[in-house]
Amino acid sequence: MTKLESALLDLLREDCRLPLEKLAVMTGASLEEVAETIENLERHRIILRYAPVINWDLTDRERVEAMIEVKVTPQRDMGFDAVAARIYRFDEVKSVYLMSGSYDLLVLVEARTLRELASFVSAKLSTLELVTGTATSFVLKRYKEEGVVFEGEESDNRLVISP
Amino acid sequence: MRSDGYARFLNPSVVAVPPSGIRRFFDLASTMKDTISLGVGEPDFKTPYPIRNQAINSLVDGETQYTANRGLLSLRKEIAWYLEHRNGTPYNPETEILVTVGASEAIDLALRAMVSPGDEVLVPEPSYVSYAPSVIFAGGTPVAVRTLEADDFRLKPEHLAAAITPKTKALILPYPNNPTGGIMERADLEALAPLIRKHDLMVISDEIYSELTYGDKTHFSFAALPDMWDRTLTINGFSKAFAMTGWRVGYVCGPAEMISVLNKIHQYGIMCAPRMGQVAAEEALRRGRENGYEDVLVMRESYDRRRRLMVESFRAMGLHCFEPYGAFYVFPSIKSTGMTSEEFCSALLREQKVAAVPGNAFGESGEGNIRCCYATAIDKLNIALERIATFVRAHS
Repeated sequence: MTKLESALLDLLREDCRLPLEKLAVMTGASLEEVAETIENLERHRIILRYAPVINWDLTDRERVEAMIEVKVTPQRDMGFDAVAARIYRFDEVKSVYLMSGSYDLLVLVEARTLRELASFVSAKLSTLELVTGTATSFVLKRYKEEGVVFEGEESDNRLVISP
Repeated sequence: MRSDGYARFLNPSVVAVPPSGIRRFFDLASTMKDTISLGVGEPDFKTPYPIRNQAINSLVDGETQYTANRGLLSLRKEIAWYLEHRNGTPYNPETEILVTVGASEAIDLALRAMVSPGDEVLVPEPSYVSYAPSVIFAGGTPVAVRTLEADDFRLKPEHLAAAITPKTKALILPYPNNPTGGIMERADLEALAPLIRKHDLMVISDEIYSELTYGDKTHFSFAALPDMWDRTLTINGFSKAFAMTGWRVGYVCGPAEMISVLNKIHQYGIMCAPRMGQVAAEEALRRGRENGYEDVLVMRESYDRRRRLMVESFRAMGLHCFEPYGAFYVFPSIKSTGMTSEEFCSALLREQKVAAVPGNAFGESGEGNIRCCYATAIDKLNIALERIATFVRAHS
């Protein structure tokens, strides 16, 4: 990765709405270079999406999230990848990770209600023949995501003006 | 309260020193809500957690006693290693390094150890607000040496030469500079050395921003010049480079005979810098030695991006803005608005709720400029810059 790529990823991760002109100024690269580098990062699927961090708890939208630890039997030819693909195809599944430790896949699931989520686990996930066990943990409260603290700002204790 | 006041008990020379120009602004700005402050003088990073954790552990372990007057020897050894490898200046940790309560105490000690009544101390301006008052408190006379925007706020030998008199004893060298962000490169310092030698002067080199230089510029320490080690008290600390302002740990290094006199004042007045801060400072340097000063590099890179944003944005507003290669301030000129620095900053605060510091707070030669610190989150900087742009449009 070049220095410019690395700098752009840092900046976009902090604020993906920064205009190209400002990105160019801050990295000291030309507008064209910045545009081209970002295009490249997108083309190589390094940047996949520009998404905001949302605090849904402050909206009126009903939403339940759970993290499900899943034990699976890996397939002979495909290893865990094929099983993971079977799982991530469901719309309810937001993220899937292969984990080290006492279970195999960590599945982040989102649904509108508890009942919907329960039915996903019992009807869709557990019934996959390769899944040998699940343990579901519901998210009760979100404190920090993507480096952003949800409740209150991280305090700035600095004096307003100092020499 | 005495009906006739306390003048009888107060030292008139101290009373006569005007309060810092920053103070009034502070009182004004701190009462206003939703103000974005570009008036701060410290990093927006918190001290890296491993450094904080080391201090926590030392408290848990009950390390709560005095240290040696000169500071923990283990810390002084780290400082010696750092200065040798970072600046190429060797100091003996036993005799040539004194750990102080921030670089501020080091400045005060240096002046009190050196200055006798009638002595003149040269202070380049614009510069940090404490130098001139500290010279006065030490019984000396501060003599301002102007630096000019046309010279990138570098101290020029001709201006230095013009300020030297038979009473001149020392020169304060505050680079990288607060408030201008100006730096002195090796060649700039070399140009001063013959004058220092000729007039037999001592240099107090305040290098607190030494780690914060940008572009292809790196810091050069005055004591690293040939024959200048003997004529330099080098002052530095942990506040800016390691985001450790509240810990209050700094140090001063120089010839053993001088350091021992500074230490005499320090030992009677202060005893020692707080142990907890010293432990944290030692960890900062130890980590830096082991990981190539990674914490500092990350912070410096982040400052540099914001620095470019600030310079470019002020220029886009039509204000002249010199490119600063050090510290974390920009010092744009607001002369084109026809306002004085104070008028500009007061109105900006009132109308747009952005706090900046009027340049004349840093000496008369700062008039016509304002100091804006960019150690603030990018989203806030962008809002502040938009507000300043609106303000400048409305007033030109």
